[in-house]
Amino acid sequence: MSSSPSLNTWSDALSGFSIGWFPLGLVIVAAIPLVFIALYALTYGVYGERKISAFMQDRLGPMEVGFWGILQTLADILKLLQKEDIVPTVADKFLFVIGPGILFVGSFLAFAVLPFGPAFIGADLNVGLFYAVGIVAIEAVGILAVGWGSNNKWALYGAVRSVAQIVSYEIPASIALLCAAMLAGTLSMQQITMMQAGPGGFMHWFLFTNPIAWLPFLIYFISSLAETNRAPFDIPEAESELVAGYFTEYSGMKFAVIFLAEYGSMFMVSAIISIAFLGGWTSPLPNIGGLELNTMTSGPVWGAFWIIMKGFFFIFVQMWLRWTLPRLRVDQLMYLCWKVLTPFSLVSFVLTAIWVINH
Amino acid sequence: MNQLTIAIIFYIFAAVTVLSAAFVVFSKNVIYSAFSLLFTFFGVAALYVFLSADFIAVTQVVVYVGGILVLLLFGVMFTNTIMSTELKADVLNVVPGILLTLLLIVGMLFTFYTTGNWMPGPVQLNGSVVESIGLETMSRYMLPFEMVSIVLLVALLGAAYLARYDKANKKEH
Repeated sequence: MSSSPSLNTWSDALSGFSIGWFPLGLVIVAAIPLVFIALYALTYGVYGERKISAFMQDRLGPMEVGFWGILQTLADILKLLQKEDIVPTVADKFLFVIGPGILFVGSFLAFAVLPFGPAFIGADLNVGLFYAVGIVAIEAVGILAVGWGSNNKWALYGAVRSVAQIVSYEIPASIALLCAAMLAGTLSMQQITMMQAGPGGFMHWFLFTNPIAWLPFLIYFISSLAETNRAPFDIPEAESELVAGYFTEYSGMKFAVIFLAEYGSMFMVSAIISIAFLGGWTSPLPNIGGLELNTMTSGPVWGAFWIIMKGFFFIFVQMWLRWTLPRLRVDQLMYLCWKVLTPFSLVSFVLTAIWVINH
Repeated sequence: MNQLTIAIIFYIFAAVTVLSAAFVVFSKNVIYSAFSLLFTFFGVAALYVFLSADFIAVTQVVVYVGGILVLLLFGVMFTNTIMSTELKADVLNVVPGILLTLLLIVGMLFTFYTTGNWMPGPVQLNGSVVESIGLETMSRYMLPFEMVSIVLLVALLGAAYLARYDKANKKEH
């Protein structure tokens, strides 16, 4: 399905590899994003978030375990592994156990279409962007399973709030991404990225080539915060009213799986916004005359570096917002979605269409 | 991937679809039935992928899992005494049921064997399916497309009207 010969070479070579009938290469392709989520969630996700939040509040954060508390995450994992795996007696055992699984699968499935550099993508679908937006639905069902399975008022409230939020904010998010798809003329993640590649670096990105693209960019960013339950839209796990929301009853490794799913979807939305508006794995540095910065910083490994860095940048913005903005009320949340973001996303859709036709 | 691998993956998804669909029907717990539907819808989406209809597969997930299943779960969860309701899964009409089932199976097998292979369409699709769908929707199937959009708009207005806060009676209906 690749258009240029160098595209997807690594993943194609890997997926062709199999032992007998068993497609070992495909399993490895699927395992790479999984290992990535785990590593990033442990290092940047847990330790990074604790440090960033600490610095923002003029604290030091974890300092005791290792140099500057760098082994704190390791200690946390050991603690989580040792914890008793509690299933409440009145909980729905079956749903309580499979809920975190469905939740994680829902957030992990979208990684199949995220291009980690020009040479690596799980599956270069020609409906990639649509798939990434749609597959979040499975996560919503997982949250409902977790909330209902816990048999707890707070958990159920948290789950219902979370799903209502995900379902509502899917609409402005999808329309905003549709604007990017319209600019690219394709839904394939690799093709959208290729449309934004060029010697000028960041100057070819949709955000900077188009006078309206900032509007869908902003709308998608706000909606993605709501879809991943991040502050200021973290009412599903509002500590002051719902204890911990839909995962109140979870402990030990099941809690860790829910946490991984949350970090997975945080990176997922950050990568999608980078691909749709900020050129995905393309290098931001332009070629300046003889100094060919863009050519030097392009290629499969650099591509992986750039997409991960862009993703990490947006995760940093998400953390930054979490420690600066207060939480919205439920009615404010719905007002923002239906009366602000949806009309503006429709406006940006029409404006983008006019721009695409006349350009 | 060789044919055997594809066949194995296909049968796994087919088994998931059929077994979860059976669970939806035979389970005595409404909640379990509703959650089992997730696997049915997902399996059907995977079967669409095997038919090279990737757009329809994703649409299946978006519409059925994201829309209908979530609505269904909300409906089930907000119903009082949902856990204490006894579901009747008894077999009542044995003879007509078996007759109907046999007729259906015979009819399907007859069609399968007389048609031979699954009929390929007159036009083979090449390249992106999305573009073809977009072009066809905006040209040949323009009228149905617009009619569907008007029906959906009316449904949306009706839903908003019903859910609206009634200022005159000071209560929500």
